[in-house]
Parts: sequence; C-alpha cells; structure tokens
Amino acid sequence: MSDVNVLHATLPGAGLEHSSAPSALAVARLMLERDLRLAFRKSSQLVQPLAFFAMVTTLFPLAITPELSRLRHIASGVLWAAALLASLLALEFLFRDDAQDGTLEQYALSGRALTGLLSAKTAAHWLLTGLPLALMAPLAGVALGVPTGALPGILASVTLGTVTMSLLGAVGAALTLGVRRAGALLSLLTLPLAIPVLIFGAHATQLAIRGEPYGASLTLLAALAVFGMTLAPLAAAAAVRINLE
Amino acid sequence: MTGISEATLKGESVHLWRGERHVLRGVGFTVSSGECLQLTGPNGAGKTSLLRTVCGMSYPEAGRICWRGQDIRDDLPAFHTEMAYLGHEPPLKMELTGRENLHYWVGVRRRYARAQLDGALERVGGQRWADRPVRTLSAGQKRRVALAGLLLMAVPLWLLDEPTTNLDVEGQRLVGTLIDEHLAAGGLAMAAVHHPLAVSERGLRRLELGVV
Repeated sequence: MSDVNVLHATLPGAGLEHSSAPSALAVARLMLERDLRLAFRKSSQLVQPLAFFAMVTTLFPLAITPELSRLRHIASGVLWAAALLASLLALEFLFRDDAQDGTLEQYALSGRALTGLLSAKTAAHWLLTGLPLALMAPLAGVALGVPTGALPGILASVTLGTVTMSLLGAVGAALTLGVRRAGALLSLLTLPLAIPVLIFGAHATQLAIRGEPYGASLTLLAALAVFGMTLAPLAAAAAVRINLE
Repeated sequence: MTGISEATLKGESVHLWRGERHVLRGVGFTVSSGECLQLTGPNGAGKTSLLRTVCGMSYPEAGRICWRGQDIRDDLPAFHTEMAYLGHEPPLKMELTGRENLHYWVGVRRRYARAQLDGALERVGGQRWADRPVRTLSAGQKRRVALAGLLLMAVPLWLLDEPTTNLDVEGQRLVGTLIDEHLAAGGLAMAAVHHPLAVSERGLRRLELGVV
C-alpha cells in the first residue's frame, strides 16, 4: 500500500499543475526525437525512396545514352522527376502508423496545439527522407555528367524542393488518413500541387548546369517552402481533426 | 483531496448521428468528483461514440458536454489538459519499449520526474518488462502500460473504453483499485464496460444505453 501513497504524493494534485506543462519547443523536440528513433528501428521505410531515386537516375543513362554530353541536357529533368516521385513514395508513411495505433488521437487530445505537433512530425519526415534525397541528388548529378560547379545549385534546389514536398505531403497525408490504400489518392492529390516545385526546381538546376546564375529560381523555391511552412501545418491539423471524428 | 476543486462533467441531451443512424438519442448524465459513471449496453449501443463525444472528438448534432459548468467546445485544449482517454487499443508504438512509449506519450502533456514514471510502472506491475519493446509484450501487458500512462498523466477526468480488456483477474481488480483511488483523490471517471467494474459501490453511477 505504501507505494500507492508514494505515487499519489508525487503526482501533483491531478491536473492542477498547468505550469508543469513542457514548453512548445520541448514538445517539438520530443516529437522529433520520437520519430527519428522510430524511423531507425524500422529503417526499411527510409531506404525505399532513396533506392527508388538511385534506380531511376541510373536507368536513364542505360536507356538513353551513356554519352555524358547528351545526358547533361536531360539531367535536370531526370533528377527532379525522380526526386519528386521518390518523395511522394515516402509520404504515405507520414501519419499512417500514428493514426493506426491511436497515437495521433492521443496527440489530438493532449491539449497541445496539433499544428505544432504536426510541424515537428513533418520536420522529422523531411530529415529522414528529404535531406537524404537532397544529399544524394548531387551524386546522381555527377553520374549524369553534370559539371561539379553545378552541384551546390543542385543541392540547394533539391533541399528547398523537398521541404515543400514534405509540407504539401503533410496536408495530403492528413486528408487521406481515413482512406484505405491511400497511396494512389495521395499522389493524385499532391502531385498537381507539386508542379510549381518541379518547374522552378528543374529550372534552377538547368541554369546551374549551364553555369548561369540561378538565384531567382532558388528564391522562388524558397518562397514556396516558406508559404508551405506557414499554411500547411494549419491545414494538416484541421484535416487530422476531421479524420479523427 | 489535494485541491482538485469540485469538478462536474455533464452531458445535456446529446444527440449523435453516424450517417443514417441516430446513435445517441438525447443522452444525459452527470458525474462529479469522486464518482465513476459506468456505461453499459449491448454492442452498437453507442458507448464508444458517447466517450468520443465527451472527449470532443465527435461533434454531437444536438446537446452539449459541460466540464466545470462550461461547454467543452468553448476551450477544447483546456479541457483536454484535464482529461485522459484510453480507447480500445492501447496507444502504443510497437517498436518502442514500454518506458519510451510513456515518455513520448505523457511527455507531450506534462513534465514528470523519473521516479514518477517508475512509480506508475510499479503500480501496474510492469517494472520487469517495461524495457522490452512493446511488440514482445502480451495484450494484457500492453494494457497495463496504458494504465501506467493514465496514472502518469495525473488528470482529474478519466474516460475509459473497456479498460479491463485482455487483463487477467488480478489486472481487472487492479483497474477497480486504480479507479477507486482516483475517485478517493477527488477524480472522476467514465468507463464503457461489458463486465461490471470492480469498484466500490460508493461512487458508482450507472448509465445504460440501449440499441436504437
């Protein structure tokens, strides 16, 4: 019986201690840490989009021509189409597991702002899928005969593009939570919205490959990312709440 | 007891539709500090629907839920910080250990000392297996991890959907004891059950839902 008393003595008078609530930043860090830890315990989900990206970009030289001078012309398109499809592939897992095992519901009932929690989850998703893609894109670029001078431009543009993709995907994934086999619907929903990312991204990469200044396209990509950051978590949170009902 | 000011949860003629089905037809109830409302009724009577409506997850077509005299819709986040909901399935991540699960689940809501987590785990008899991945635990052990989470959240209102599912006889008694202690400390509980809860008669109230 003594341990009971200890417990009740240590639990502050139920619910009174609102001050003991962790700060929004601490909560975001907790979510981030949780998602990273979970991802590394089932790493197959991480590898899949990367493997897809690697396969697509290596198939093109085999299918078209091994001539680097000709590959260079299509490199930006190949890189971007592959990157976009690879990040779509990863989106399905964004909220699905959490919705299935009831943890998403618990987060929605935690009294914390769902927008913040979902932002943290999206950030974790980008770190796990977008960032590796961005780091891999220059390598794939080299394989496609891109001059080394263009690699920073590729890295920067794919980094910004994948941020927007993760954010768009968060909205799409939240909207399709209640749908079984949501993959196809999710692609259908997200891909049209991702077209501006594709256009500006491929354009920036093209310019970088030609050795021309690509700052303007990069700025537009950054603008899209910022736009997504401000609105996507709000939309995703609203969609999650609707789906939990 | 320790300053949980007198709290009341009240449902006022709650109507809920699920598509074509009128699931809840004017359900009303009142639970005050120190009381447990036991929801019974056959499958499909709307026990889970009522609990989810009380949580604020489902929007009732008519009627309202009041907490401390205020419609919960007025300030849902504030209401959520004072309640805990346990659904059919324990909300646990299979890849994480019991302890990690509690850390991320409860940590989002409140800060707690390590000793409190240990205390909660000990209370549900889980010290021995709390560091194993949840996927290796039995259904009853998962349920116990969820109960530890409930204790650790330290909130006045417990909303429990079939809290004794998968538990052995001793575990079912434990649920009763935990609820009794919670009520004694001034807490409230609302539980959907098929088998009567092993709680003391004193604070027990009953609500029977019928199939419509």
